[in-house]
Amino acid sequence: MEHLKFDYPSATRRVANKAHVGVVGSGELEVLMQPDVTGTAHVSILTSVTGFSSSWKAVLDRFFSKFDGAVRIDINDAGATPGAVMLRLEQAVEVIEQ
Amino acid sequence: MSNADMISAFVNRQSFIELDARERAQSLMDSGSWRELVGPFDRIESPWLPAQGIAPQSDDGCVVLKGTVAGEAVVVIALEGGFQAGSMGEVSGAKMSTALDLAAQDSQNGTKTTAILLLETGGVRLQEANLGLAVVAEVMASMLALRRHAPIITVIAGTVGCFGGMSLAAGLSSYLVMTREARLGLNGPEVIEQESGLEEFDSSDHALVWAIDGGEQRVAMGVADELVLDDVQSIAAAVRRYVAAGLPPVHRSEQFEIYRKRTAALDTSSQIDPLTLRDSWNGKTAIGGAQ
Repeated sequence: MEHLKFDYPSATRRVANKAHVGVVGSGELEVLMQPDVTGTAHVSILTSVTGFSSSWKAVLDRFFSKFDGAVRIDINDAGATPGAVMLRLEQAVEVIEQ
Repeated sequence: MSNADMISAFVNRQSFIELDARERAQSLMDSGSWRELVGPFDRIESPWLPAQGIAPQSDDGCVVLKGTVAGEAVVVIALEGGFQAGSMGEVSGAKMSTALDLAAQDSQNGTKTTAILLLETGGVRLQEANLGLAVVAEVMASMLALRRHAPIITVIAGTVGCFGGMSLAAGLSSYLVMTREARLGLNGPEVIEQESGLEEFDSSDHALVWAIDGGEQRVAMGVADELVLDDVQSIAAAVRRYVAAGLPPVHRSEQFEIYRKRTAALDTSSQIDPLTLRDSWNGKTAIGGAQ
């Protein structure tokens, strides 16, 4: 079990909606995305798999290189692969920007 | 239905099983009528799972939607089979029993509120031990209180099925709807194999497992009311029918004397095969449902 936190101070675009996607099944995760009250982006991850902090950072860095919303993201993870994580993040963006 | 019709119905159906718990609940309700109670953003998670190295879920695998079906007030409570096999923990159980209690309260105050349970569950969440056992008892008590005023319609769609203590809860329903893919049983196949050995029950023999626990057998024996296709429209139509039917004259679980006699009358000197069991059990005469 590991609790990871990442901040993206340059993501400052205001968003209005929230999104909940995914199920915490084996090899899966859930993503909760909502407007962040501080005006920048913050990510909090609770994962059952330890030792992959740098992989999480790489996926999130890439995600925030394209997305600039000031969102609070909470993730519950049961061992999703980086590809699955990215797809769920993009799905959440799709929902909040609908 | 001819074979050709069945095939086209099967191919063109919108699978209910493939939906997650929230989508399943929404698909049965009047469009846009629902609001979620204690949803993911309320973040009422299991406090026990992270302590054991297991990721929790923001709704604890229990989705509660209040709304209408064909204009009638309902509460739909759906368990997410993808999260910890839909197991009942302290939080998910409290959500379910409280929602049932509120439906009973509303029903007593003049707004009859039918409960629709979408059960995909292995039963008690073992990681939450006695709390899991306690909530199953609470859910059953709440169901008994509600069904004096309004019906409880349970749908077991699959593919987890409904096992353990929650199979007892399913047995308290006013109406029970299953698909061919769904299973209903007290002890799951793996549990029986583990406790009594491979000779007693081979849980890898899927044909055997479904011949005993499967929806077709359960409906044929009369312990469930209706077998439906894994199709959103078919399941929604069945639910609408039972909402409109209201309370059955007598609940299945009130007829325990009949079932006690049937159990006593079974000849267990040799192995009974599932098809023979249907006949000797003679199910269809004792159901509490609409038929």
